[in-house]
Amino acid sequence: MTKMHVGNVSEIDLKGSRTLKVRDLEIALFRLSNGEVLAVENKCPHKGGTLSEGIVCGDKVHCPLHDWRIDLHTGKVQEPDTGCVPTFEVEVDPATGAIYLTV
Amino acid sequence: MIKSSRKKLVLVGNGMAGVRAIEHLLKLAPDTYEITIFGAEPHPNYNRIMLSSVLAGGTDLSEIVINDYEWYKNHNITLYTGHKIESIDTENKVVRSDLGVEAAYDELILATGSDPFMLPLPGADKEGVIAFRDIKDCQIMMETAKSYKKAVVIGGGLLGLEAARGLLHLGMDVSVVHISEYIMERQLDREASVMLQKELEAQGMKFLLTKQSEAILGKKRVKSLLFADGSTAEADLIVMAVGIRPNTALAKKSGITVNRGIVVNDYMETNIPGVYAIGECAEHRGIAYGLVAPLYEQGAVLAKKLAGVETQGYEGSVTSTKLKVSGVDVFSGGQYEEPAGSRALRYQDEIGGVYKKLVIREDKLIGAVLFGDTADGAQLFSLIKSGESIQGKERALLLGLLDDAVKSSPTARLEAMADDEIICGCNGVSKGAIAEAITSGGCTSVGQIKACTKASASCGGCKPLVEGLLELYAGDAAVKVKEGICGCTTLSRDEIVAEIKRMELKSVKEVMNVLEWNNEEGCSKCRPSLNYYLGMLWPEEYVDEKESRITNERFHANIQKDGTYSVVPRIYGGVTSPAELKKIAEVAEKFDVPLVKFTGGQRLDLLGIKKEDLPKIWEELDMPSGHAYGKTLRTVKTCVGSTFCRFGTQDSIAMGIRLEKEFERLNTPAKVKLAVSGCPRNCAEATIKDFGVVAIDGGWELHVGGNGGVHVRATDLLCVVKTEDEVVEWASAFLQYYRENAGWNERTSTWVERVGLDSIKKALEEREERLALQERIQTALSVTTDPWKEIVSNKKLRKNFEPISRTETVYQEG
Repeated sequence: MTKMHVGNVSEIDLKGSRTLKVRDLEIALFRLSNGEVLAVENKCPHKGGTLSEGIVCGDKVHCPLHDWRIDLHTGKVQEPDTGCVPTFEVEVDPATGAIYLTV
Repeated sequence: MIKSSRKKLVLVGNGMAGVRAIEHLLKLAPDTYEITIFGAEPHPNYNRIMLSSVLAGGTDLSEIVINDYEWYKNHNITLYTGHKIESIDTENKVVRSDLGVEAAYDELILATGSDPFMLPLPGADKEGVIAFRDIKDCQIMMETAKSYKKAVVIGGGLLGLEAARGLLHLGMDVSVVHISEYIMERQLDREASVMLQKELEAQGMKFLLTKQSEAILGKKRVKSLLFADGSTAEADLIVMAVGIRPNTALAKKSGITVNRGIVVNDYMETNIPGVYAIGECAEHRGIAYGLVAPLYEQGAVLAKKLAGVETQGYEGSVTSTKLKVSGVDVFSGGQYEEPAGSRALRYQDEIGGVYKKLVIREDKLIGAVLFGDTADGAQLFSLIKSGESIQGKERALLLGLLDDAVKSSPTARLEAMADDEIICGCNGVSKGAIAEAITSGGCTSVGQIKACTKASASCGGCKPLVEGLLELYAGDAAVKVKEGICGCTTLSRDEIVAEIKRMELKSVKEVMNVLEWNNEEGCSKCRPSLNYYLGMLWPEEYVDEKESRITNERFHANIQKDGTYSVVPRIYGGVTSPAELKKIAEVAEKFDVPLVKFTGGQRLDLLGIKKEDLPKIWEELDMPSGHAYGKTLRTVKTCVGSTFCRFGTQDSIAMGIRLEKEFERLNTPAKVKLAVSGCPRNCAEATIKDFGVVAIDGGWELHVGGNGGVHVRATDLLCVVKTEDEVVEWASAFLQYYRENAGWNERTSTWVERVGLDSIKKALEEREERLALQERIQTALSVTTDPWKEIVSNKKLRKNFEPISRTETVYQEG
């Protein structure tokens, strides 16, 4: 388990995403319209699509390749498709906006 | 339930029949068995039928997996791939693999399938001699086609023709060798066979009929095939597709009764208690089947038996065949060879390429052959299976004039279909199973039916039928529940646009709030739609919401299957210069671009680019975006025209460049393609474009609503004008009228058909109207900027292309 400081909320647009490499793992950090920051592995369980590039709707993201919907809180793929994406713990310092990611 | 108390079920053979039975069993009795599966191939369960489609280029190898490794894991199934079972100890109930793995069983299923029958010819062991049976064969064919030219397929049956079709697609020169006088003689009668041969010859296939193969010649690799009559055929690759043989060796040496296949009764039981056989390796009432539908029926019976569910047992199948991937529609079912005591009705239309034959005995339909028009195949097949009297209906059935109820609509046809009729041949899903998914499973979309039953999940050929069934069984529900533009609303496109105008709604969020969306932030369908409608309605004040645009439009590049992107700069009218080409080449070299390709629209595509390199490449290119990724003007294709061409009546290049400069960057409901041809020879293919211009002596024809893609459609002639200015005026008016009236993601081809050409002609007939539309399109265009330039010079936008690189570890455990 490694806890890392990975930049600031101001670096991610609302309803947007940024990626980051941790060892050989690519992680997508999302910032929802309510300001919440969530992290999942940047890889759709279907055909490996880059989730960071999908449309963010509420706390779900639509994979850009075949429109699978993934819940960013739980990593669960939404019906009628099935599967799960690994999620990672994120903390945001409310005072500074610093993002801490635990992998 | 504790796992160890479960009975042990072992399946030998990880193919379609065996795994299908397991799937069925898991549905009926999910916690009864501890399941172990052995497969000889190094893959999870895949769809062997789809190998033809893989070769024919419609499908990727990765797409034909039916159950991926995840599925086995999720169902606690122990899977050994690459293991061949060498022995069964029926006394102690243990199987043993060639790699030394032992597994005990209470119940054992043999689903060992078939082996391709390899003709024992001298030289059959040479390099370049293969069968057409599994993924490996497919891979060899693809590899061979890269460096060799001549392929010979031995066997003119269903499998041979599909292999040959695939090899043609791979660019090889293909000859089909067949021992008898007629191809596919086991499924077709002579007339249909000859028609099929003509059709395939027209596609480039060659045939060597009544040829008996004698020997395969060559040194290390095959060079040619020698026939009994002394003639030879050159070959760099020989594919044997003469038939399959049930794979019974394991059963034989384990003391299980074997005839042609492993002998089973109606409950798929062999002579040894606790040992069953299904699929191509099994022989039931003297028949070993080689088609998928019977195997699925057997699997269903066995699953019921193992789950302790009542079953009538398996009573054999009437089979039907369809030839896939050759672009020819062929169907045959039942006994088509006119057995004793039967009579045949025939219909042949040489010009239309249609042939039909019905075989009737005692007023019952017992067989049918259809060629060129197989729409009635499913219905005829269900009549063959039901054995009902067709007295008085023969002529109507033959001519496809079904009785009133049935001919009135495709829905009635589906209604008339028997419940056990297989709708999806790839996954063996019956009409009954789909009906159940809709009526009791609550499926309300093709997507849900696919997820629930797998119907239409493979080749997709049965999708229209699945849609029809959905309409049939959920029709009333669908009528009651008004379909909105997506699942977030019940409002249609026109209602939404009208409300936005009426209430002057100015943002996506506002529209969703005011119009009571049931998803607070919408979905990937409505968000981009609303963004488009707002931009179209309020061009000067609406700020485009980039987070509501689809991926391609947010990154201004086309996302590819591996997550890389492609870059297509604008090349106006397809005209470039040495300096421009040099620049593109230098950029491609500097960034190590893996693939540089000409597009279909007369431009250059740089493919395989990492997201973070996109802005750098745009900067170096310093060319405008070609918008190859967006719902906007793509390209204006031109022919050489009067500049050089001896036939050119007008300067099509200049006209094309002018149109492209006029409309580039325009937001449209769907992609828009233009073309300008300099004479009626139409070398720029303007008549399959959204707006096509064809020069004639002294004027220009303007064509609209063409499409060369999914929904192929030739254009309709809108009008003929005299000057270049008029061309621009009409193009502006047409495009703006389309922008204001079409639904998001609706191409002009479908839009023109939906609203009718006349309504468009009427809207554009007054010059005053056209000028007003032209003014509005100019306003819309005036606020656009080049997206690449904008991103290159804007840090805030540019950051989204780069990964976060500033990270520091706070603490580390373990």
